Amino acid sequence: MSNAFEIKNLNIYYNGLHAVKNVSIDIPHTLITAIIGASGCGKSSFLRAMNRMNDLIPNSRRTGEILFHGVDIHQPMMSEVTLRRRIGMVFQKPNPFPFSIFDNVAYGLRIQGMRDKATLDQRVEESLRRAALWPEVKDRLKQSAFALSGGQQQRLCIARTLAVDPEVLLLDEPCASLDPTGTARIEELLQKLEKEITIIIVTHNMQQAKRLSDTVGFFHLGELVEFGRTEEMFEHPRIQLTRDYIMGHFG
Amino acid sequence: MTSATPGSSHVKEQMVGWAFKLCGLLSLFVTVGIAVVLFAEAAHFFGEVSVVEFLFGTEWTPLFTEKHFGILPLVLGTLLVSAIAMIVAIPLGILIAVYLSEYASARVRRSLKPILEILASIPTIVFGYFALLSVTPFLQKIIPGLSGFNALSPGIVMGIMILPFVVSLTDDAMTAVPHSLRMAAYGLGSTRLQVAFRVVLPSASSGVIAACVLAVSRAVGETMLVAIAAGMRPTFTLNPLVPVQTITAYIVQVSLGDTPAGTLEYRSIFAVASVLFVLTFILNMLAQKLRASFKFTYA
Amino acid sequence: MARTVHRKSAESVFFLSALLALSVALLMLAVLVVEVFVDGFSQLDWQFLTHFPSRNPEDAGILSAWVGSVYLITLTVAFAVPLGVAAAIYFEEYARKNWFNTLMEMNIGTLAGVPSIIYGLLGLGLFVRTLNMGRSLLAGALTMALLVLPIIIITAREAIRAIPSSVQDAAFALGATRSQVIRTIILPLSFPGILTGIILALSRAIGETAPLIAIGALTYIAFLPDGLSSPFTALPIQIFNWVSRPQAGFHSNAAAAIIVLLTITLLLNAFAILLRNYFYRRIHAHLS
Repeated sequence: MSNAFEIKNLNIYYNGLHAVKNVSIDIPHTLITAIIGASGCGKSSFLRAMNRMNDLIPNSRRTGEILFHGVDIHQPMMSEVTLRRRIGMVFQKPNPFPFSIFDNVAYGLRIQGMRDKATLDQRVEESLRRAALWPEVKDRLKQSAFALSGGQQQRLCIARTLAVDPEVLLLDEPCASLDPTGTARIEELLQKLEKEITIIIVTHNMQQAKRLSDTVGFFHLGELVEFGRTEEMFEHPRIQLTRDYIMGHFG
Repeated sequence: MTSATPGSSHVKEQMVGWAFKLCGLLSLFVTVGIAVVLFAEAAHFFGEVSVVEFLFGTEWTPLFTEKHFGILPLVLGTLLVSAIAMIVAIPLGILIAVYLSEYASARVRRSLKPILEILASIPTIVFGYFALLSVTPFLQKIIPGLSGFNALSPGIVMGIMILPFVVSLTDDAMTAVPHSLRMAAYGLGSTRLQVAFRVVLPSASSGVIAACVLAVSRAVGETMLVAIAAGMRPTFTLNPLVPVQTITAYIVQVSLGDTPAGTLEYRSIFAVASVLFVLTFILNMLAQKLRASFKFTYA
Repeated sequence: MARTVHRKSAESVFFLSALLALSVALLMLAVLVVEVFVDGFSQLDWQFLTHFPSRNPEDAGILSAWVGSVYLITLTVAFAVPLGVAAAIYFEEYARKNWFNTLMEMNIGTLAGVPSIIYGLLGLGLFVRTLNMGRSLLAGALTMALLVLPIIIITAREAIRAIPSSVQDAAFALGATRSQVIRTIILPLSFPGILTGIILALSRAIGETAPLIAIGALTYIAFLPDGLSSPFTALPIQIFNWVSRPQAGFHSNAAAAIIVLLTITLLLNAFAILLRNYFYRRIHAHLS
């Protein structure tokens, strides 16, 4: 099986704070990888390194290599703009644009220069269907995205990301602000999407990691403590720290 | 995969960034432009008039045949009017601000703040009309010796004019003081008045002083009000009842006449304006420093 | 017991003096408005708005003044808005925190406090003389544009800062370039806030007198401007001219012109405040 990402000795610093420490990891293609750990353990910083969102943070610094399908994402010929179109991201809190539902999903396509109404209509519908939101919104595409519930907004954000046809979906605690029903629908959706694209999800909900993921990485204080197949790690963690965390001793 | 050409779009982005930076730099060019224009003409002026006479002379008669270029009468006139304005604006302003921030209900605040903002936007020419044609005649009934042009009337009106500004800034400073500080004082048995004047006002002092400094800077630079109501006679006096001339009013006086460029009169307005610019620049910088240290304490 | 009484009276002394301060200020402003209306209202009619100034106060009107003001503030805004908004975008979206940018930020705060007559002398030295524009509408508008630039920059920066970074992040994560984020997110979302700044700048520009006098705008003009290089007058200049005359008839004209100027200024400001409240309420309701 091929790897989507090969990460070698990754370090991330913010204003001198060493957020991610010497992490090396291979993330498999078209599977769900979960990143778990207590808050502040560097898992979000790690995630934001993969589509170079960290570049936007002033005074952040990085060393080490991130290979995406064998290509270094920091090499000069690789533009972060193109990279982010291939590696989509969904954030902790639903952050729809204050536009209509349609315009939210069409945003990524329009900034790539797509103007044709029929193609846009078709791509928007397709993305909303993939995000399992189409039946709920098909009659009110012109309404503001804020008219949707929190869970629907988050699925809209996923649809918006899927519209540009990314190869990878990065999700940063996407269910943190949702109720159980909303969470269940997102999980269902991710399991369906798994067949098509690589998914990396940061979560502090261990049950969610166990239910969803194929492989899982455990971060502690910026270091990758353990990485492996989900069943193995939850059944027989090799390291004491992982066992303590999984058993709920801290975090 | 969409193959955007990273090269060309990157260059475009950089150019856009440079364009924005240029606009940002423009504000710096304005300051530099002011300094260059003022100081260049002033330098010519000081080629003909000695700096010592200019700074320490007590006679200002540039439009007479026998010319004297001592700026002190103008400076004194400016300070006199400003001082009267401050005597009105600062006590009233602080009283109203304390009331607004510590006593007034949210509803009163919500309606008074916008009113203050609107009052602050009244053009100064309107206040000039008011000072000359309403306040001076009224004051003349009370003070028999009051001249038709004087420092008192525009001073008082200027105080009222910058009052909203003082209230607004002082109120901002006081409301920025954390609530916990008030609670602590109440917990020690202080009354509302004690909390307001012994805890909140002192804690907000650098912000309040900044407000006063900015008010002084406004008063010193105010033009139309004094040009209309204070008179055009440079007098070396602290008597508020007789006509005086401020720095700004002198600039107006020369500008209204047809003074050709290159003459000493023309250059003299740049010389006095340099003094005004340096003075207000220092005051504004000081106020900004004070506000920055205030924000640093409570942010 | 005695202390309580003492405290109570201290409270009421303060309360009364604060109330007195407030009423003195509001009363004086009320007197101002009433006096202006009493003096000027009878003078204010259609003829006043459609006639040129005249030697005879009865016949004099403000046609050239208000037309000049409209041209002037329109041009001022046309020059100042693009530059000011672009500068605000630079400070909020591009500038990194270093000593130079801190200096530039302080400089803008300081510029906002430079007396308006100093801007007038800058305009006189730079536009009228060095760039040879003469005492033209163009020179006046450029001078005024520099004067209102800090207002536009400061309000636009506040409006841009109010947009939550999460919304920008979403756009970046979809592969938007920085200029696309500015065009599709920052500008549309901060527009009402920026508009507030534009209106405040308008209301400042329409009432400013001193810089126009410094650049030598004429006080008596009996024709309408016919181009950028045309001489011009403006409403506050006309008022100044009439206030400075000894005859009471001209004072009534000044009062009537003040009613026009005050009405415009107050309407502009009230509108700006309403718009700003709407904008920040909407941002808070939806985006934070």
